[in-house]
Amino acid sequence: MSTALLHATAHEKKPLITKKKLLPYWLLAPGIIWLVIFFLVPIYQLISTSTQTQGFGIGTYVQTYRFSNFIDAITSSKAQLIRSFEYAFLATVFALIISYPLAYAVAFKSGRWKNTLLVLIVAPFFCSFLLRTVAWEQILGEQGLVIKFLRFVHIIGAQGHLTATPFAVVAGLTYNFLPFMTLPLYASLERIDIRMMEASGDLYANALTTFRKVTIPLSMPGVVAGTLLTFIPAAGDYINAELLGNPGTKMIGNVIEARYLEIVDYPGAAALSLILMVTILILVMAYVKRAGTEELV
Amino acid sequence: MNRATRWFSRNLIRIYAFVGFTYLFIPIIYTIAFSFNASTKSNLVWVGFTWNNWLNPCGAPDVCNALGNSLKIGVLATFFATILGTLMAFAMGRYAFKGRSIVNILIFLPMATPEIVMGASLLTMFISFGFNPGFWTIVIAHVMFCISFVVVTVKARIASLDPRLEQAAMDLYADERETFRRVTLPLVAPGIAAAALLAFSLSFDDFIITNFNSGDVNTFPKFVYISAQRGLPPQANVIGSSMFLIALIIVLVGQFVGRKRAGVR
Repeated sequence: MSTALLHATAHEKKPLITKKKLLPYWLLAPGIIWLVIFFLVPIYQLISTSTQTQGFGIGTYVQTYRFSNFIDAITSSKAQLIRSFEYAFLATVFALIISYPLAYAVAFKSGRWKNTLLVLIVAPFFCSFLLRTVAWEQILGEQGLVIKFLRFVHIIGAQGHLTATPFAVVAGLTYNFLPFMTLPLYASLERIDIRMMEASGDLYANALTTFRKVTIPLSMPGVVAGTLLTFIPAAGDYINAELLGNPGTKMIGNVIEARYLEIVDYPGAAALSLILMVTILILVMAYVKRAGTEELV
Repeated sequence: MNRATRWFSRNLIRIYAFVGFTYLFIPIIYTIAFSFNASTKSNLVWVGFTWNNWLNPCGAPDVCNALGNSLKIGVLATFFATILGTLMAFAMGRYAFKGRSIVNILIFLPMATPEIVMGASLLTMFISFGFNPGFWTIVIAHVMFCISFVVVTVKARIASLDPRLEQAAMDLYADERETFRRVTLPLVAPGIAAAALLAFSLSFDDFIITNFNSGDVNTFPKFVYISAQRGLPPQANVIGSSMFLIALIIVLVGQFVGRKRAGVR
């Protein structure tokens, strides 16, 4: 995961070859064909499914251009939709709060341990996403030591839980997508010319002012990339809500999954997927525009 | 600001980083510790230490079948995604052409789309074309979402190359093909290797898209998800721990080799 994210904000300034007109298309063709057939066409199918209605028999649908599917989807899953964005937002904020000092420490305070620490940030990623979530479930769960200790010192009452709460879901989301935040932050912090900070100090700015006026603005590309890379998967996730939450913490991903794979209501699920995707794209575009960063790819 | 507070603030961030790393590693340590648990069924309570799970990682039903599928899918998806993505990266990193920004958007979109949307839409398409989801639909899906990450990784490496190295090769009468084969490709190779490693770990770890497009084929994440409801066998921890350790070793060796090569240069 590391390198892609590290370079997610990389600049590109090099003269491009213009002589060969056809070669780039030949190089692009196989990948583009793959992405068109297995990404764009499915999205088109999703759009077309979203306005279908039940035909004869379960799982068969006919195109009726029923746009009220979207209204039905929103009214029936409004709570989960809003909750998804709330949780994703909270997880993104927490991830930023945790990651920034971490990335800062690795970029500026780690000396010759820099590369090792960088590997350690990515390392938890190599242990399966699901295993990590299950591990949290068990650490915080009824059999775990944490809950017993918290009950023992009466921070939590005998009836209190840690798992099956909104807290656990947000904590799980924060944990699972943390490297997506830390790596772009590190990449942009690491690129900062240390002389900029020294210059700020020479001009009588104290450490805090230097941080506020030099470090933070220069690390903005990393902040933007990191928040996007955390927010997008968090908003669509349903594993954390499933394993760490309760029926009252269901997110939109849970609803889509259930509608697709259990209820077999394809149009409803497609409508919800599109709502999720379009909302995220609108948020992303508005955010990138406000934050004013360059090309992300 | 006096010296004492500066010392404190300087060490504050180190303390903070230490806490941060501890937080990152708690579930990993937990997973590794419980891979040595002598429990027979659900792996919730510490029973006692044993090597048995490590000596017999296939002891739990289905776990090795799922692991085998995940490895096969990972290798195939990595192979195709790395080839397709690297070709695209060369086009994007080297050539000016019309339609560049559209291609850029096409590469960016899969990374900006929630997995559940990609999984659901692919399943919709497979169903409407009468395709039964199974092993190959998983491979197809994994190649699809890995390509963009490969392109970004390899492209960054191409962009960071010193153009003078290739010019030097040309000056020394290497033709274009030879320059590419003997100078450009070896220089880009670490980027391609990193991209392949990334693609494999993305594929191996994917659950959401796989769950939609797998039919009744089991993969390791799917196995973990399903058995998490009843209690995970310690063998799952063994496999998770060994994947973690193997990946760590590969990355550390890669860094070591990279540093050595950089030192020689």
